Amino acid sequence: MNETRPAVVVVDYGIGNLFSVCHALHQAGGEVALTSDPNRIAQAERLVLPGVGAIADGMAGLRQHGLVAPIRELVARDKPFLGICLGMQMMLDVSEEFGEHECLGLIPGRVVPVPPTGADGRPHKIPHIGWNELFRPEGGDWSQTLLAGIPERTTAYFVHSFMAMPTDPGHRLADCLYDGRVVSAAIRIGKAVGTQFHPEKSGPAGIQMLKNFLALQ
Amino acid sequence: MANVRLIARLDIKGPNLIKGIRLEGLRVVGDPREFATRHYLAGADEILYMDAVASLYERNSLSELIKWTAAHVFIPMTVGGGLRSVEDVRDVLRCGADKVCINTAAVKRPELIREVAQRFGSQCMVLQVDAKRTRQGGWEAYTDGGREHSGLDVVAWVKKAEELGAGEILLTSVDQEGTRQGFDLPLIKAVSTAVHIPVIASGGMGTPEHLLQAVQEGKADAVAMADILHYSRKGLDEIRAAAAAAGIPVRHPYPEAAAP
Repeated sequence: MNETRPAVVVVDYGIGNLFSVCHALHQAGGEVALTSDPNRIAQAERLVLPGVGAIADGMAGLRQHGLVAPIRELVARDKPFLGICLGMQMMLDVSEEFGEHECLGLIPGRVVPVPPTGADGRPHKIPHIGWNELFRPEGGDWSQTLLAGIPERTTAYFVHSFMAMPTDPGHRLADCLYDGRVVSAAIRIGKAVGTQFHPEKSGPAGIQMLKNFLALQ
Repeated sequence: MANVRLIARLDIKGPNLIKGIRLEGLRVVGDPREFATRHYLAGADEILYMDAVASLYERNSLSELIKWTAAHVFIPMTVGGGLRSVEDVRDVLRCGADKVCINTAAVKRPELIREVAQRFGSQCMVLQVDAKRTRQGGWEAYTDGGREHSGLDVVAWVKKAEELGAGEILLTSVDQEGTRQGFDLPLIKAVSTAVHIPVIASGGMGTPEHLLQAVQEGKADAVAMADILHYSRKGLDEIRAAAAAAGIPVRHPYPEAAAP
């Protein structure tokens, strides 16, 4: 077999465990390169921005490695981009996690706390952890994204206390319900998608999503 | 109500998946990698590895297995057994685990719960409680693989652990473990009603009905299953269907997600 595997670059900016993300992308058929080199990131065919932890640390890591401009450049060229969890939240303008933090500004909007109560007004557990079902918001188009062909109500794995709130609902790609409260599960602008959930921990469905992402040109 | 999680529990001794009765009389079941893969593909919501003898040697020896699993099994992974310090936890997480279970070391020094929760987040810190019934009608927490008394009342201990920042309780009934006779329902209920964090019922599952009891009577948030899965007494699909038929919310496995 001499089939070429689609190339994907994973951004290494000094935070979190990138082991699972890289292995899941490999499992999905990708040729995975982990780097913090701004040139390689700007020139990537496909880029994944993973992330766990606090947004202040995450943005500081990107700035320290000089990666803010290269990531913006790549998205402006409409190359496939995937931000995961904190990587998704960094796609917005500003995050309200412990203060106000300027983010990448790829999609207009803010990162706000997950509502502390369910729809019935009763307090629920924060962080929102576990498997939750994905829904397509009105007008949401999953074709040409990592969710192409994924049935609605497929479950994905979430662990988070803050959530994306795009100014324009048109940027919402998928939502989930946490005790009746709408939580943004995925956002999109062009070929740049962010998922609040972890495809690399979402079982065979998550691997299929990564395959779909790797098939984007 | 959140989806009730179906967790595949694999107790490990050296290179082997093992299974005992009341945490003793350990028998070799097979290669843990084979069983982890099988349960993953069958739709397990999470995987839990417990180093069964680690506490005796005061070290967790699962790093190779954790790394292998992180590369092949793409669901959340919890690892327990012999973890004594923040450094031990960090090492296990670096190998690819998502959460850790701590019992003996937390009993000896409860502050460890707070340290782990502050460093890695509460969602990462699972308190493992091995509970044995007492003659007075309560339960006592045991350490070192169910061998040592701690003198701690289980209900008081889990409340304290929650205050210290534990994110979940893995509650194993030593009396029921490996018996296939069902969970210790009064124990699960006593703990579930004492804390606000999720409780994983473990020890005694022999039939899908036992899961229904653990959730409906015991108020468990998740159920850990071992030999019912390892010996293929019931499939995860059958267990999931039984739960759904009883009105217990469970996740829809991919790719049948669109089914009502």
